[in-house]
Amino acid sequence: MRKKLAITGNEAVAYAMKQINPDVVAAYPITPATEIVQIFSQYVADGEVNTEFVAVESEHSAMSATIGASAAGSRAMTATSSQGLALMFEMLYIASALRLPIVMPEVNRSLSAPINIHADHSDTMGARDCGWLQIYCENSQEAYDSLIQAVRIAEESLLPIMVTIDGFIISHAMEAVDTFDNKEVQNFIGKYKPAHPLLDIKHPITIGAIDFNDYYFEHKRSQIEAMNNVEPVILKINEEFKKSFGRGYGLFEEYMMQDAETAIVVIGSTAGTAKVAVDNLRKQGKKVGLLRLRVFRPFPAEKLSKALSHLKAVAVLDRSTGMNAYAGPVCTEVASSLYTHSDLPASQQAGKKPKILNYIYGLGGRDIFVEDIQKVYVDLENVAKGEKTEKLINYIGVRE
Amino acid sequence: MSDEKKGWKELPIGAILEAGTAKNYKTGDWRHIRPIWNKEKCIQCLRCWIYCPDSSIIIKDGKVDGIDLDHCKGCGICAAECPVKPVKAITMVSEKEIK
Amino acid sequence: MPSLKELSKEKESLSGGHRLCAGCGASIVARQVLLTAPKPLVVTCATGCLEVATTIFPYTAWEMPWMHSAFENAAATCSGIESAYQSLKKQGTLPVDANINFITFGGDGGTYDIGLQSLSGAMERGHKMLYVCYNNQAYMNTGIQRSSATPKGGFTTTSPVGKVKPGKEQSRKDLTEIMVAHNIPYVAQAVVGDWRDLTTKVQKALSKDGPSFINVLTPCRLGWGCAPEKTLDIGRLAADTCFWPLYEVEEGVYKLTHKPKEKKPIIKLLKLQDRFKHLFKKGNEALLAEIQEDIDKKWKKLLFLCGEKSE
Repeated sequence: MRKKLAITGNEAVAYAMKQINPDVVAAYPITPATEIVQIFSQYVADGEVNTEFVAVESEHSAMSATIGASAAGSRAMTATSSQGLALMFEMLYIASALRLPIVMPEVNRSLSAPINIHADHSDTMGARDCGWLQIYCENSQEAYDSLIQAVRIAEESLLPIMVTIDGFIISHAMEAVDTFDNKEVQNFIGKYKPAHPLLDIKHPITIGAIDFNDYYFEHKRSQIEAMNNVEPVILKINEEFKKSFGRGYGLFEEYMMQDAETAIVVIGSTAGTAKVAVDNLRKQGKKVGLLRLRVFRPFPAEKLSKALSHLKAVAVLDRSTGMNAYAGPVCTEVASSLYTHSDLPASQQAGKKPKILNYIYGLGGRDIFVEDIQKVYVDLENVAKGEKTEKLINYIGVRE
Repeated sequence: MSDEKKGWKELPIGAILEAGTAKNYKTGDWRHIRPIWNKEKCIQCLRCWIYCPDSSIIIKDGKVDGIDLDHCKGCGICAAECPVKPVKAITMVSEKEIK
Repeated sequence: MPSLKELSKEKESLSGGHRLCAGCGASIVARQVLLTAPKPLVVTCATGCLEVATTIFPYTAWEMPWMHSAFENAAATCSGIESAYQSLKKQGTLPVDANINFITFGGDGGTYDIGLQSLSGAMERGHKMLYVCYNNQAYMNTGIQRSSATPKGGFTTTSPVGKVKPGKEQSRKDLTEIMVAHNIPYVAQAVVGDWRDLTTKVQKALSKDGPSFINVLTPCRLGWGCAPEKTLDIGRLAADTCFWPLYEVEEGVYKLTHKPKEKKPIIKLLKLQDRFKHLFKKGNEALLAEIQEDIDKKWKKLLFLCGEKSE
């Protein structure tokens, strides 16, 4: 039966995991994702899932055991956050290169030092190039829906996927979440058919051989191609999801972008705050828009640049820092995509590309308010008019 | 060899391999000394077989039937372990002498 | 106890054509373990000589399903595979009579040091798996660096012999006893060179409904500086000098599986290996004596634990 539940982000994630009913979950608790592991353990203890739960002794082992379970031929999941993801780092690359369709909820939290348990995107941004698909959710509803979609996306593309929510802001906030019937979820995800299960003893295989310089590049090239091919898979599965459940999500969400002259690009829960800012400014007649990037890997460069290239100025909000990279990670990629992709022919591009600003905000859970975002739109307006010199990297909410 | 190597589109997903393909790789040319097995002297104790690091003692119907020179690296363990006295059933001979 | 006649009927589990050094003990251990273990098997390996040299793409020497993921996590990887097996069996995806045995191999680096945490975790959780440490007492795969299994006085490239240092200054960690402390059903020490002892232990280990651990001393011709054909003799001498006593702890009960007829002096073993040759130079007499004393003390303790009379 479909039910509307008043639950937190972590509860929504755990509930989706229950309905997915994976064969194996190997996980280690970490704030603010601990509840996911706790709640799921209770489902196991109450016999509500068929899952073999492996209460490992670290996140490194969590990912290692999940890799083993997935390679064995089972549907395998784990969940983590922050330092936990950092400890998994080595294994993230191995999961993707072995082409294991692992699904992992990730609760975004800052990285030490100083140790801090609150939301920012440093953890998953640090793992952006490890060959995992990444979906950043705005709220619990989207996290619940995305996890169910993620099973299909991962298994169809044979790539692992992380679905993230902002620590505390979403993970611990109560929200009304429309949930589906267990059977509907099972029907949507279907029975898992592993590509080459290790436990198929009649067809013995070796997984994880060593490549010298004569094969490594070819294997990497093949992995890159798998990433290149995921975008249509995500869109196709989203269409099916819409058909079954009446809602869906694209690679990114465009809010008031149709006639916008300036826009903000943001990921995660801040989009909610930014939408309020857009609404306020629209009431004042300002032509402002918002683009919430949802799928960061694969990075939808072409579609994104098409959606942004007509703007006069764009501000990209990064909830992590590139530490003296060109800009924050989201901004760097958005700016790069605008440089190389455009709906205009190259000869007409000069001077037509939007001006770009980067705002680093919210590190270690620092709040961001509607007024902060409205100020960014004021900056954008001034930059668009040429009244303000653009400074690439700006900060919101940090004391000087 | 290099032109036989597959391009990225042809390689199996996830770099998996079918089991046991190493047989196709010959390590016999590593050998400086060669084990010579004397069938008449052999008492079929199978010690050479159980201790061979390269699975190179050929077994047929539960008995030693020769040495797989394609893979034997010439470590000399089989000869060292052979209990037959005074002359062992496996002796090591320099590859140079054989040539 | 298996007989060689019976074992020789088994299909070879580790093919030739791997690229371990001539006379390497690791593949001898692996072959004996795999030949003995009831089939079917699924095997995992930690990063190390055995893993690297047997699976150089596109060649693999393993005849059964085999997996490697990283260095420090072979036990965790195996525990995930074993959990998948339990889950799929419970759900009827795998037949209930699919009695797969799970075996993991790790060197002393992947077992004593970087992999100790994941090993401890897997043993504590009680996965039904046999972990075999092929212990050559240093990081041989990266070129002979010290490990916590390297014995006192041993030369390695990170415990070199110098003007003021005589090789490794610390005693080795007693991992076998750490595994005993996990209260798992079966823990044993074995040595390359005694096939009967090792294969008997493998049979016992896999008959248990839970995790088991066997620590097999395995000479490395390069790292120990010994002749390849001496691999097995050195192993046996390690047992006879009580440098590496052969014993087992079954359901908490200690038992010696090999009592040397005559306990040989440690110098006999040390003299066969270049890694100890500096100990015989003038000025190191005290260290040599200390090594012997240490062995005597540990042997006495083991005899006591095994309920044997002290010598």
